[in-house]
Amino acid sequence: MRAFTRHEGLVAPLDRANVDTDAIIPKQFLKSVKRTGFGPYLFDEWRYLDHGEPGQDCSARPLNPDFVLNQERYREASILLTRRNFGCGSSREHAPWALEDFGFRAIIAPSFADIFYNNCFKNGLLPIVLSEGTVDRLFRAVEETPGYRLTVDLPAQTVAMPCGELIDFEIDGFRKHMLVEGLDEIALTLQHADAIRAYEERRRREAPWLFRA
Amino acid sequence: MTARTLYDKLWDAHVVRDNEDGTALIYIDRHLVHEVTSPQAFEGLRLENRRPWRTDANLAVADHNVPTTDRSHGIADPVSRLQIETLDENCRSFGITEFAMNDPRQGIVHVIGPEQGATLPGMTVVCGDSHTSTHGAMGALAHGIGTSEVEHVLATQTLVQKKSLRMLVSVDGSVRPSVSAKDIALAIIGRMGTAGGTGYAIEFGGDAIRALSMEGRMTVCNMAIEAGARCGMVAVDDTTIEYFRGRPFAPTGEQWDQAVAYWRTLHSDPDAEFDRVVHLDAASIEPQVSWGTSPEMVVPVSGQVPNPFRETDPVRRTSMARALEYMALEPGTPITAIAVDKVFIGSCTNSRIEDLRAAAAVVRGRSKADNVKLALVVPGSGLVKRQAEAEGLDRIFTDAGFEWRQPGCSMCLAMNADRLEPGERCASTSNRNFEGRQGQGGRTHLVSPAMAAAAAIAGHFVDVREF
Ligand code: SF4
Repeated sequence: MRAFTRHEGLVAPLDRANVDTDAIIPKQFLKSVKRTGFGPYLFDEWRYLDHGEPGQDCSARPLNPDFVLNQERYREASILLTRRNFGCGSSREHAPWALEDFGFRAIIAPSFADIFYNNCFKNGLLPIVLSEGTVDRLFRAVEETPGYRLTVDLPAQTVAMPCGELIDFEIDGFRKHMLVEGLDEIALTLQHADAIRAYEERRRREAPWLFRA
Repeated sequence: MTARTLYDKLWDAHVVRDNEDGTALIYIDRHLVHEVTSPQAFEGLRLENRRPWRTDANLAVADHNVPTTDRSHGIADPVSRLQIETLDENCRSFGITEFAMNDPRQGIVHVIGPEQGATLPGMTVVCGDSHTSTHGAMGALAHGIGTSEVEHVLATQTLVQKKSLRMLVSVDGSVRPSVSAKDIALAIIGRMGTAGGTGYAIEFGGDAIRALSMEGRMTVCNMAIEAGARCGMVAVDDTTIEYFRGRPFAPTGEQWDQAVAYWRTLHSDPDAEFDRVVHLDAASIEPQVSWGTSPEMVVPVSGQVPNPFRETDPVRRTSMARALEYMALEPGTPITAIAVDKVFIGSCTNSRIEDLRAAAAVVRGRSKADNVKLALVVPGSGLVKRQAEAEGLDRIFTDAGFEWRQPGCSMCLAMNADRLEPGERCASTSNRNFEGRQGQGGRTHLVSPAMAAAAAIAGHFVDVREF
């Protein structure tokens, strides 16, 4: 997995609450058996005026001029600023895959849905929880300042505003560690293979019905 | 020993090791696999030369993409077909049991797990699908995972987890006649909001939950995720135990007795503490109808479409206004004045036998309204379908002008050919009314099976209690 330490980037404001994973990547794209190539279909129903299908070449599709990521000033954005409960709905990891493939590295919101939040960390994408008040302030700043950029420092757990002001954020130690080091979680778990086997042996005695073939 | 909640007991029984950083390695007893969220995980295994840790803990089924019409000629959509063939191939090469598309046991993953006894009380159950919370109804710890975690479970039979907070949602007293489990679930979400359960494991309790059948409990737990909680659960009681007797994957003989003795311990201790407790008065719950694009946007059928300008929270106000625009609804419109174009009875929320019986009881001897273009009944599994046909329910539906289909997810998420056209309005027994969920531009109203059936007959929403 791609490690995340420090990232400086342009901020795009998506001023909606409860953005669900169906909106982030609509179901027709879930038919892919690949992990990559979802970026052009990110927010497909909001971003284009026509109906998208998997495998379609998006360069010729009509763009919705009102959608934020289609505005010239936000095209190169790599930090998404949004509202509460981002990523609610299905467990599809295609949502972080699409965000990452589009070029996002971090998402800032007052809250995230559980499964989505968890999935981000598996894909080098950093979800940052800031207070409603701070998020409001950032929305205003982004609107007022073309080219508004933030610097996210994961080891230091800060978001730096252009004026130099630092905003602290909270994150679980283990998630931070995995992301900063870009670790393969399966390899780490397999270091405990003996503990898993010992557990299985004990369970097989206590609850044999769980091991019926 | 200190008093523990059901969640504590399930968690404690599955800790392989506590990690230094506050997480734990949790053992997974049952992994359910479907075609949409697994191909990349199997590919990941192959790339790293890994094998499934324990093949017999996995059970696979194709459900999201399958056609609900005649399947004898396979799947017309080549992309859907490839995804299902990929699942077949992965199961074959890794030795995983799969109910293939034409197996009579095939169906929606969350319907077939309990139906087969493949998900049992006391288990940890995961699946690359957020509605895995359904299986908590058995007194299991069950939640959805992403594809990276699907790969992790395949490779290690474990997950790295942090324990959630504990919430009790107690539905006290008894519900009035014709108020179903779906109405309870929607009322809970309406009250708590779609993020109200974020970070919590919810236990549903109270007399009204105890009084529900297993089917009803599954409906409630299914929608725990819509309240933001990854898992919902109900304590084991006689209803639970009787449900599993004789199921194909359930234990038998001496092991059954041993299992039952253990299952009887799967409830919260009387003085166990929860981090949060929410009470609902069951008698006050009416049949519910969602009006917006989030499951929390729900009102009783006797109510009206709300006015965003009465909402004080600005973020919520904007969401409401946007939802009304998408749904093409005016504030103040009585719910019963909303006409529907299509009706969908199905999904892992409401496609079990009891749901079909409830819908058929309303439909019996009546016909679909002319303005309803399509009323679709999609059983949750081949076995549910067979049972319904044995009871003659299929005839009740088809005589009334409804369509009777093959099992699958169907118009719950419209990955197959079953979908809404832009602007169409649907009374649906599924769990999500997000923009475009049932087809781009489609408008979804979430209701119970009886309410959906009544809307199909009347052509608009009606209070099933007066129907
Ligand atoms: S029926 Fe709907 S919610 Fe349930 S698993 Fe299928 S797509 Fe998901």
